[in-house]
Amino acid sequence: MMSAEQHSARAAMFARRKRVNTVATSLALAAMAFGLFWLAWILWETIHLGLGGLSLATVSQMTPGPNEDGGLANAIYGSVVMVLLATFVGTPVGVMAGIYLAEFEPKGWLAGVTRFVNDILLSAPSIVIGLFVYSVVVHPMHGFSALAGVLALALIVIPVVIRTTENMLQLVPAGLREAAYALGTPKWKVILSITLKAARTGVITGILLAVARISGETAPLLFTALSNQFWTSSLTQPMASLPVTIFKFAMSPYENWQKLAWAGVFLITLAVLTLNILARVLTRSKS
Amino acid sequence: MSALPTTAEKTKIAVKDLNFFYGKFHALKGINLEIPENKVTAFIGPSGCGKSTLLRVFNRMFELYPEQRAEGQVLLDGDNLLTSKEDVALLRAKVGMVFQKPTPFPMSIFDNIAFGVKLFEKLNATDMEERVEWALRKSALWTEVKDKLHQSGSSLSGGQQQRLCIARGIAIKPEVLLLDEPCSALDPISTAKVEELIVELKEDYTVVIVTHNMQQAARCSDYTAYMYLGDLMEFGSTEQMFFKPRRKETEDYITGRFG
Repeated sequence: MMSAEQHSARAAMFARRKRVNTVATSLALAAMAFGLFWLAWILWETIHLGLGGLSLATVSQMTPGPNEDGGLANAIYGSVVMVLLATFVGTPVGVMAGIYLAEFEPKGWLAGVTRFVNDILLSAPSIVIGLFVYSVVVHPMHGFSALAGVLALALIVIPVVIRTTENMLQLVPAGLREAAYALGTPKWKVILSITLKAARTGVITGILLAVARISGETAPLLFTALSNQFWTSSLTQPMASLPVTIFKFAMSPYENWQKLAWAGVFLITLAVLTLNILARVLTRSKS
Repeated sequence: MSALPTTAEKTKIAVKDLNFFYGKFHALKGINLEIPENKVTAFIGPSGCGKSTLLRVFNRMFELYPEQRAEGQVLLDGDNLLTSKEDVALLRAKVGMVFQKPTPFPMSIFDNIAFGVKLFEKLNATDMEERVEWALRKSALWTEVKDKLHQSGSSLSGGQQQRLCIARGIAIKPEVLLLDEPCSALDPISTAKVEELIVELKEDYTVVIVTHNMQQAARCSDYTAYMYLGDLMEFGSTEQMFFKPRRKETEDYITGRFG
């Protein structure tokens, strides 16, 4: 039997635990509210000011001169083209490198070096990548071009995709791989049909997040694709993009430009939000 | 160390002076063993005794890990499979394996079985359907899944998944089936079904099963090997091992005084 003394000591201990728990929970809730507050404010401002500048002309007309009517059609087109091309270039490279790291010599020296370099690339400021592409592509070719922009964006996509692909493949249980090998499956088929397939939602999520990341990047495009006030589908010409146009328009003193900048911000936010939700839905439906 | 049983059975796998190393760790010490054809042979012993390791030598599974190596001879129908020039995939088509945890592939029930078959045979659609049905019937799963062959393999219960893995293994028509604690993740009803299945499978296959469950070894095996710390302590017919073990250690383990 427990003595009355022991009992009250336990009760006191438990009461203290409860108090500590209440404090910790409130702190966690406060931190969450703090984060959500800013996010909600950003979304509110974006929607509030963005919707004001949004009209049919936003998606159908070219970027205007100061105090003229116009839209963002060429910037939207440029962003979509460059982001898609960068994803098409960066994804295969990233997925294949991720496969190498996870499935072929994960402990080899080459994998170690690749991982280290990839981590550096992953955290490299995007302006550094912009300047790099400027000096190796734009400068020798004597001109800004959409292709240079694509290259800069692809260089941002690659490390993100490498990292997520490797991580997702590592999450595939070793037992699944062994079971495939035990049937006499050749290695390439184990990777393509079993491990990559088991990890596909995670890999696709990583690609979507990389797309979300580059669709808002401004710095790498400033020195590469620059911008263009007119419609161009030529990849060797400077090409407009939403982030650079927003940068240019938001800094300007002209009211119509500022309005369009907000409309552009709204469109990018919407796109990134959609990609994030899509990524979330994909991961959820897996589990 | 062990006395080989004098049986009239035909030997399917003969292990001669087999040593196995995980890096520097000596996991199997001079194993000598003859596994008879069309019988169920059980490997028992406490955790870490090397029974799963021995099983994984028979299909050269250990070769996936560069730090693991086997020395000695393992003769499958008289040919040393450790030094064979034959592609390891062809060996694994002859020596199938089912693991402790069910491992359905991320595809439909049908494709889970067709996957392995396609690796070694080119069948037309009708023949493939027949093969899948045959394998599912053989593994006592057909009636439960025949209406949902195109659902994902992971939608099945644990016991059904394990029988799916067995079906996948026998669909490529192996000669030997290695079972590594196939029931340890299953409930008693599923376990009973898999055990029944094991007994039926020996008609066509040589079955080797690793188990922690003494009753399971007693129920479904014809021969039993007791291993301890990398040594094969005793090998004989299951009846003899359970009723008149030659060694004190075997008796202690089987009766639960040790292990």
